[in-house]
Parts: sequence; structure tokens; C-alpha cells
Amino acid sequence: MLLKENNLNNSLKNFTINFGPQHPAAHGVLRLILELNGEIVVQADPHIGLLHRGTEKLIEHKNYLQALPYFDRLDYVSMMAQEHTYSLAVEQLLQLKIPRRAKIIRVLFCELTRILNHLVAVGCHALDVGAMSPFMWGFEEREKLMEFYERVSGARMHAAYIRPGGVSADLPIGLLDDIFIFTKQFLIRLDEMEEMLTSNRIWKERLIDIGIISAKDAINWGFSGVMLRGSGVSWDLRKNNPYEIYKELNFYFPVGSNGDCYDRYLVRIEEMRQSLVIIDQCLNLICEGEVKSFNTKITPPSRLNIKNSMESVINHFKYFTENLIVPFGETYTATEAPKGEFGVYLIANNTEKPYRCKIKAPGFGHLQSLNFMSKGHMVADVVTVIGTQDIVFGEVDR
Amino acid sequence: MSLNISQIVPIISVQVSNSENIVIVSADNLLFFFNCLKKHISYRYQLLSYIAGVDLLGYKYRFSIIYDVLSLTYNVRLRIKVYLNEVEAISSLTSIYINANWWEREIWDLFGVYFENHPDLRKILTDYGFEGYPLRKDFPLYGYLDLRYDEVKKQIVVEPIELSQNFRSFVFETLW
Repeated sequence: MLLKENNLNNSLKNFTINFGPQHPAAHGVLRLILELNGEIVVQADPHIGLLHRGTEKLIEHKNYLQALPYFDRLDYVSMMAQEHTYSLAVEQLLQLKIPRRAKIIRVLFCELTRILNHLVAVGCHALDVGAMSPFMWGFEEREKLMEFYERVSGARMHAAYIRPGGVSADLPIGLLDDIFIFTKQFLIRLDEMEEMLTSNRIWKERLIDIGIISAKDAINWGFSGVMLRGSGVSWDLRKNNPYEIYKELNFYFPVGSNGDCYDRYLVRIEEMRQSLVIIDQCLNLICEGEVKSFNTKITPPSRLNIKNSMESVINHFKYFTENLIVPFGETYTATEAPKGEFGVYLIANNTEKPYRCKIKAPGFGHLQSLNFMSKGHMVADVVTVIGTQDIVFGEVDR
Repeated sequence: MSLNISQIVPIISVQVSNSENIVIVSADNLLFFFNCLKKHISYRYQLLSYIAGVDLLGYKYRFSIIYDVLSLTYNVRLRIKVYLNEVEAISSLTSIYINANWWEREIWDLFGVYFENHPDLRKILTDYGFEGYPLRKDFPLYGYLDLRYDEVKKQIVVEPIELSQNFRSFVFETLW
């Protein structure tokens, strides 16, 4: 029996494989159904939700303070950036102004968080592509940053430090000096990392011209943060829609030109340098003063006051049982989290619990373009694309 | 907004909350409305930030779908609200904003609001085979089913949830 060549070709089908959910390059629990033609990706269908914990539902059943720690656990590599957004949303609804020292501390820690996040983003990206050392170096620096977290809040990761009305406690003595020392030595670490990667032949071959997104596509796909700036769109909420003290700070945000993975890598590195610039300015700007709003309905009284005044004891008791009551209203508050625009859409109904809390996670928006970005690339490039999107499943699945 | 929006497209009302602009439109001319917002030279809302669903249990219109669009050109945000009753479906925005795809899938999954002409309306966040719409207000916090690994059967079993104590939600309107 003769097999005609035509018949043979007709019976060839695309090969479908399961990428993840246990694959180390899947950054957690991404299950990706890849349809392959040889080694070329024809279609990528991400299945998410394996880490879905029902955060939004849980928040509807918790009071405003109890809801805060859930935000640490969304994107678990940039913790404080998210509690910051939530606190801003609550303050927006309460029409609350917070003391200047609290604002500066918030910005300081948001930028430390940005470095924290980008170290994982670049480190893990490099690890996926095959460079082991930057990952190790990055995690050593992360350890120092998490120590700063620990010193202000007692927790290395899930800090619950930035709270509605300010921050939970004042900075411990000597912390700012140590942050200053950190910024000085971190620049050298960053140079080392760049020496390893930026002009590395393999790194460039794996990243340049991979996952190109034009500015128009980036806007169409609703990108934000590095993904948008890497494509050459000049948009940063810290500049375009400044919150806290960003208006006074002198910094710039880098913008890519080609929109490929390499540009996004360069943008991340430069953002870390700019974060250091911002941290330096915060260290100089920081002033004496309160770190919490004076409104006792919104923030708990200090320990000293509780010892001396009955009124404070009552306030303290009311605060930690009933918690703050937010009047009717709704707001969408967005900040420039390390991964992109992180937003909280909050509806309050004059009780101690939010009626609805929608979390706009940047990763969710980025991941849905995975099919678009990886189509026509090799299987190995899918890993690069996932790495460049800086996906963390805590926030994608919520 | 440089031009009065109500002269171009039919809208129900305009609200301002916390200096954020909210426009309420009817579900009938949704696509026309968003086309105008995206392409009209004086709006240019090119970027869809997110779509959220809200369950307003007990009202005539049970669901409200919230669209948040951003104009990079004019640096303004606009929130669009559509109210739906329990059986109504809404047309999908995927033909105008590509990234509406997953946000609409999420609402379909968590609220059970159907989107017409959606290219790929599957569940997205809940487990394979999950039944019910968890973000509806009448869905209990603990759900209905319990999933655990059975040591005897050596497999995962799903059974109705049994709690030794019900979830207690404290209401502070009454003094203790």
C-alpha cells in the first residue's frame, strides 16, 4: 500500500502539551495549554485560578482593618505597594489627610518594595532563561530589604504596615541610617547584575526581538507599568497622577523603544536606580512628626495615651472591635505598583465592612495577552515571555 | 471632558463621586457608546482598565457592571455603569477593547452575568467543575462543598461542607 505524501501531511496534527502547573518556569501555578507546530507555538491558552482564594469575597466579610492583610498576600513579592493602594482608597472615601512624615515613610517603603519586586522579576527571569547567579545575588539583596520590613513591622513579608490613616508604627531608631548604607552599596550590586546580563551574548539572544509589543497593542491590551513603558508609552501614575509626595520628588521614569523583552529588562533595571534616587530624596526630606492621623475614629491611640486616659481606652476598644465606619461612597484608587497599575475599586455603605472591593491586578491584564505575545515564537521563548510579564499568581488569581 | 458627552451618546445620568466621573448608560447602546468614547477625538479613552461586577441584592436591578476607561491623551478616567436585572444579558466589549475578554470571563464566572457575542466565555477563576457564582451576595462565604484527600480511598473526595460552628458575622448597630 502506497502512502501518498499529501495524505500524510493531511493527517499531521498540531501537538498539544501541558505547560505547568508544576513547571518551575511557570512562576507558580500557571497551567498553560500549548498547541505546537514542531517547536513553534500556535496557540497558548493559560488556565488560571489554581491559586484562587476568594480574596474579594473574604474582604466583603471583614472590616476595613481586617481586610488590609489580604492585600499583602495578593502579589506576595511587592507587599507594601498593595496595602498602600488600599489605604489610599479608604482615605479617599474618608476624605482623610495624613501627616507628612507618614507620607514620606510610605513613599520610602513603596520604593523599597519596587526594588524588592524588580529584583525577583529580573532574577527569576534570568533564572528561567538560564543565568543562575543574578537570581542568587538578587535574593541576597532582598534579604536586606525584608530585614527593613521586619524592623518597621515585625514581619518579613506580610507587613500590614501601611494602614488607613498613616502607618502602624514610627520608624525604629537607626533604620534610616541603615537604609542609607543600603542604597550606597546596592548601586554596586546593581552594576554587578548588569555586568552579568546587559551585554551578555546569550541573554541578548534570548531576549531581543522576543515578545515584541507595539505601543498601540500595549494600549489595546490594557497594559500598565513596565509592560506599557517598555513599548514606548510614556505613562507612569507617579508622574501623571501623583499621590503622596511624588509631586515634590525629582526623578524620571525610563521608557523603552522596541517593546521587546530586552527593553523591559532595561526599564526594570533603570527603575531600580530611580527608586534609589527617590529613596535618597525621602531620606533627606523626612521630618519629625506624627505617623498617624489624629482622628481617633480612624487610627488607634498610642500605648502611652491608653495608660493615661480613659477616653483612649474606649477608643482603642471601639477601634479593635467595631473598627472604622466608612460613609457611603465609591472610589477607584490606583497607584503605580511595581508590576503596573494596581487599583482598588471600593464601595462603602456606611458600615464597618466594604460592600464590594474589586481588585484590579496588573498581572491579570498582562497574562491574558500571553497568547498574543508568544504566538509564532519557540517553546523556550514562552518562558521568556512569562518572565518578562513578571507574573505572580497571588494577584492574578486573587 | 471638553465636550458635553450627553449631546453625542444617549446616557441616563452623570455623577461625580470623590472627584471621579461616573456615567450611567443603558445596556442597549453600550457598544455604540464605547465606540464613541474610544474613537472620538475629544475623549480618546483608549485603555480599558478593568471591568467589575457588583451584586446589589434586593434592588430591582440586581447587577451593576462597572467599566473603567482611561484616556492616555487627556489623562482622565471615566467610570461607566450599567445596571442589569437577574435574567438580562449584556453585549460583550471584546470587539472594541480586546482585553475585555478575561474581565468579562471573570464576571461570568463569579456573578453569572452572561455576555453576548463573547468569543470564549468559559470559567476562569473557579475550579474545574465548580458550580454556583461565588461573588453573589446570596452565596455563603464557606460555599457548599468541602474538598479533601481521603486517606482510605486514596483519592480526593468532595462532600457537603460541615462546620462545627457557623460563620459568625457581628453586627455592631446594637450596643452590647
